[in-house]
This record gives sequence, structure tokens and C-alpha cells, in this order.
Amino acid sequence: MSIELRNVTKEFGSVAAVRNIGFSVNDGELVALLGPSGCGKTTVLRMIAGLEEPTAGDILIRNERVNDLSVQKRNIGFVFQSYALFKNMTVHNNITFGLKIKKWRRADIKARVQELLVLFGLEGLEKRYPHQLSGGQRQRVAIARSMAPKPSVLLLDEPFGAVDAKIRQELREWLVRLHHELNVTTLFVTHDQEEAMEVASRIIIFSRGQMEQIGKPREVYDQPANEFVARFIGVMNVLELEVTDGIGRINELEFPAHGHSDGTRLRIGFRPYAVQVSTDLTMYRYQAVLRHTFFLGILLRLEFELPSGLIVRARMTKEEYAQLGLNDDQKVSLQIRQYRLLAAESAPLTPETTASYDMPPSSGENI
Amino acid sequence: MSGTTKIKPGHKQPSLRGRDEPPLLKFTLIGVSLLFLLVFLVLPLLNVFIQAFSKGFAHYLKALAHPDTLSAIKLTLIVSAISVPLNTLFGIAASWAIAKFEFNGKTLLITMIDLPFSVSPVVSGMMFMILFGLQGFAGPWLDQKDIQIIFAVPGLVLVTLFVTFPFVARELIPIMQAAGAEQEQAAMTLGANGWQTFWHITLPSIKWGLLYGVILCNARAMGEFGAVSVISGHITGQTDTMPLRVEKLYNEYQGAAAFSVASLLGLLALLTLCLKSFLEWKTRRSHALAQNAIAESPPPT
Repeated sequence: MSIELRNVTKEFGSVAAVRNIGFSVNDGELVALLGPSGCGKTTVLRMIAGLEEPTAGDILIRNERVNDLSVQKRNIGFVFQSYALFKNMTVHNNITFGLKIKKWRRADIKARVQELLVLFGLEGLEKRYPHQLSGGQRQRVAIARSMAPKPSVLLLDEPFGAVDAKIRQELREWLVRLHHELNVTTLFVTHDQEEAMEVASRIIIFSRGQMEQIGKPREVYDQPANEFVARFIGVMNVLELEVTDGIGRINELEFPAHGHSDGTRLRIGFRPYAVQVSTDLTMYRYQAVLRHTFFLGILLRLEFELPSGLIVRARMTKEEYAQLGLNDDQKVSLQIRQYRLLAAESAPLTPETTASYDMPPSSGENI
Repeated sequence: MSGTTKIKPGHKQPSLRGRDEPPLLKFTLIGVSLLFLLVFLVLPLLNVFIQAFSKGFAHYLKALAHPDTLSAIKLTLIVSAISVPLNTLFGIAASWAIAKFEFNGKTLLITMIDLPFSVSPVVSGMMFMILFGLQGFAGPWLDQKDIQIIFAVPGLVLVTLFVTFPFVARELIPIMQAAGAEQEQAAMTLGANGWQTFWHITLPSIKWGLLYGVILCNARAMGEFGAVSVISGHITGQTDTMPLRVEKLYNEYQGAAAFSVASLLGLLALLTLCLKSFLEWKTRRSHALAQNAIAESPPPT
């Protein structure tokens, strides 16, 4: 295990920025800490680096407790959101700084710098100062600098936050390739769910100082642990049902709710792609009207309004849309193929609360 | 993003409002400012030099070579040689603490640093008189131990320290606050200890501002009159600094000699001004570079 946190809490004054979190990152993994801004994810990263001290709990790097180890001795690479390049030093001196501090032999330093310049595509820029570099180059210098002394783990704080959208895409792909090549354990902080899904092998989702879920991108998308995750990762329709006679209802929508006593309130969620639509009004159970169409490139997002005014968001490809021949304000019939019972936000995670249900094929008649 | 009608920032025209003012008003304003500068600054300073050389160059040199004058010059150099480095250290420490850490009483510290600016130098002198004078709090005890502070070099150094201590700190606080703590933290993650971080990262980023503060501090340390006058005791050849010497010579109707010493202080002022302009240009430039570093400006690769 490269990084492990056990019951870590961090309080600033009376405010708990991070509450009782625990997770581990395996050797060579590329893991994202994902959450909205102010959720404490950067604080976690800084605690691992030793730039903040946890109020309680243990932090382990390579199975060794490092709570009492200074920043200098933790052997981590840290890349700041602003890159924090040394303004008064050239690219070359930025990269060699850590090596000189660690008293590497001159020949070794020379070889290492050469290796890094090639690996990071920075050849020919060694004599430039940070202000003479583009955003993407600065970021590569920052990562090269942190990697130079061969740290055991690499920590990146919003690594793509400070560059524009096009470069960001290139850098993501580049980071994945780099990670494949170097295979150094990497933990990065981001608020961008797309970025986390694309780059990370596992995602740790944070909100308000607590861990909501940890899992592979596919898992957190398909099996969100709770409503927060469901809403944060992609788009999800979330409904609150009231159970009567073993059926959960909201307005005209009905979902089977066996085993839940009458009067119970349930929250369920379904992804836009789980909504099936037909222009044949007798095809599916619910009648609806198409209110808005949003073009997102190859995909379209559609908003349907049920007679009661309830809005259901659906998604389909351009081809499906053309095949159906949909227009705004058109009447359709729809059904919800698959939905999930959601735990309330931040509720304890149990297998039962995260189970996924398929609607019975003949759900239209059955309920 | 298509780049069809991209406006280059460099080609933006500055506002023409200033040019639309009537020329008469413009010339009057400039004229009045220049006249004011001439009458109140240039002419008096020029007069100092004219008076200094009124009895010839030989007399000028002779006046400066007078043992009491030489001792005053030496004393001034000693006092500033002690107080300027101490205030440099203090200024760095205080601005470091204020810019990089959060602590209780920070606002109070910032206010306290400004105190010497708002207190009349005479009052500063009196404060030390009350502390260390024979009638003061620590006076009798110091007298017993045979430690002399008032009417001696230690007293002069103390008041000079007090009067000049805002200069370096005031100069550095905004620079350090603007720089933030991330470069230092980056150095620490790379294994650098506190001293290495300060030496390789902090100092280079503040050097021009620091030098600027030191120069201003030095100018004030050498030129201080009020506070020093209270504490010095005016013992000729022993506790007279240059400004005190100027006053004494003038009161003794040795006008030319007084102006000779004054011309040295005048030269110091001019030198300070030149260095100050140069350093301001330097800091502005490095600041502009830092700004560029933040703004996106990719050069061709």
C-alpha cells in the first residue's frame, strides 16, 4: 500500500474541514480525489504531503506512519495548482533544485535532468524562465521538478485547473501516458467529474469533508452510493416516493417497493439513458410532452413533462432522435427501464441501500 | 476561438481624454508643479552646495577634516552600520511572519510597525530618555552597573533603531504577501530546510524590495535629527552625529563649515534618490514579469 489514511480528521479552529476519512491507494495506482470546491479534498492532499497536520488519525506512506515526519523527509512529489515554479530560476534549475538539495552527484543530476527533459518534452527550454513558458509547459516543468528526486508518491492539486480547455484535454491524455510509463503512485485532486472519470483508475468522492464513495469510474457511475454521488457524477433524475400498498409513488409515476411499509419515503434515481421513449402513445405506460431539446454533439438531452408537471430528463443519440422524428411539444409515451434506490445524502453505505433494480419487463401492467 | 476577429491587446489605443484638455490648463498645471519643485526643492539644495563652497574648495575640505566633524561622520556611520542591519533582520522577520503565517495579534503587529512613522521623533527620543535616563525607570540600575546608554552610542543606536524600523518591513510585507507561500512550500516538498528555502527562494524574490527598504532606512538613520538630538547630550567630538554637527556649527556662526557637512547629507539624499529610482524600475520590471507569468502568454516553441 503506497498511501493509507486511517480515521483522519482536520479541524481549522472549530470547523472540521475533513471528518474521519480513511482510504488507501495501491502501488502504481492513479487515483482521483473528486468533489466540489471547498469539500476538503485539497486539505487531504496537503496532509499527505505534510503541509498540514491532521487533528486526528494516521497517515501512512509505504506502510510507514508519517504523521511526525516533516515535509522534507516524506519523499513525496507535490504539484501545486498554481505550479509554484521558482520564478527566479530557469527550467533547468527548477528541475535540479530538489536534486541539489538532496546532494545528488553532479553526473547523476546531469543524467536525470536529460532524462526528464526528454520524457516531458522540454528539450530546448532548459534556459527559459517560467514567465517565458506557456501554461502547458509550466505544468510539465512543475511535474518534472516534483518527479526529479524520484518520489515514492506523486500528489497533484487540480493539475489542469490553470490551463484552457483544449490544452487540458491534451494534458489529461499526456498524464495517463506518463503514468503508464513511470508507474508512480499518483493521487490528484479535481472538481471536474469528467476529468476524474477519464484519467483515474479509481475515484474517491468527497463532499463537505467526508468520503461519499470510492470505486472505479464505472462503479461510481453505475452504482452511485447515494444521492450526492448520483447527482455529482453525470446527470440523474432523483425522485422522492411515498409508499402505499407496497408501491412507491410520486404523482403518476409508480415503482415497486416490496418490503417497505406504508408511509415510508424512498428516494430513487435513474439515469437519462434509462428512459425509453416512443411516439406511439400506447407503447409505454406514461404519457408525456417533449419540452426542451439540448444538443450536446453526438448526444441530445431531452426534457419531458408528465401531465402532473413532473420533469423527466432523457438522453439519446442523434440517430435515435432522427428515427423517432421528435419535435418540441410533441406528445410521446415513455417508461423507465432501470432505476436505483438511493441512500439519503451522507447516510451510511450498506449493500441494501445501493442495490440496483431492473423494472420487470411488463412493468407497465404489473404495478 | 476561430480567431477571425482577434483583437491584439498590444494594439489597443489608450484613452485620449488627457489630450482633449485645453493646452493652457495643461501648461499651467505643469508650470506650477515645476515652479514649486524649483523653489522648494532644487534651489534650497543647490544653495546648500553653493554655501558649502562659498569660501572655496580648500576651505570645504578643511571644514570636513576638522576632528570634531570627522568624529561626527564616524559616529553617524557607526550608528547606521549597527541599526540598518538590525532593522533589516527585523524587517525580514516581521514581514515573513505577517505574510506567511496566520496568528492572533497580526493586525496589532502591523499597526505597531507603523508607530514610529506616526510618533514625532522628539517624542521617540523622550521615550528612551524616560526609560534609560537617570530619572527614568531603568536609569538608576544601569548607573549602578556602570552601563551608559543615554548620552552615548548605545542610546543613539536605540533611538535610530526605533525611528527607522518601519522602512524595511513596510517595503517587504506587500511583496511577500503578493508572492504567497507556495514557492517556499514547493521547495520544502523537494527537501529544502528553512534556511535553504529562505536563501534560494525567498531572498531572490524579495531582493530588490529589500534593497530599496535598506536604502531608505539608511538615509533616515543617517539623517535623523529630532530623536537623536534628545538622547545625544551634544558632547562635541563624542556624541554628535552629522545632523547634530550641522546644527552646532551653524549656531556657532560657522555657516560655510555647517553647509559643508550638510552637503554630505545632501549628496547622500541625491544618491538615495538615484538608487531608489533604479530599484523602483527594477521591482516594477520583475513585478511585470511575474504578472506575465500569471497571465497566459505562450511564446513560440
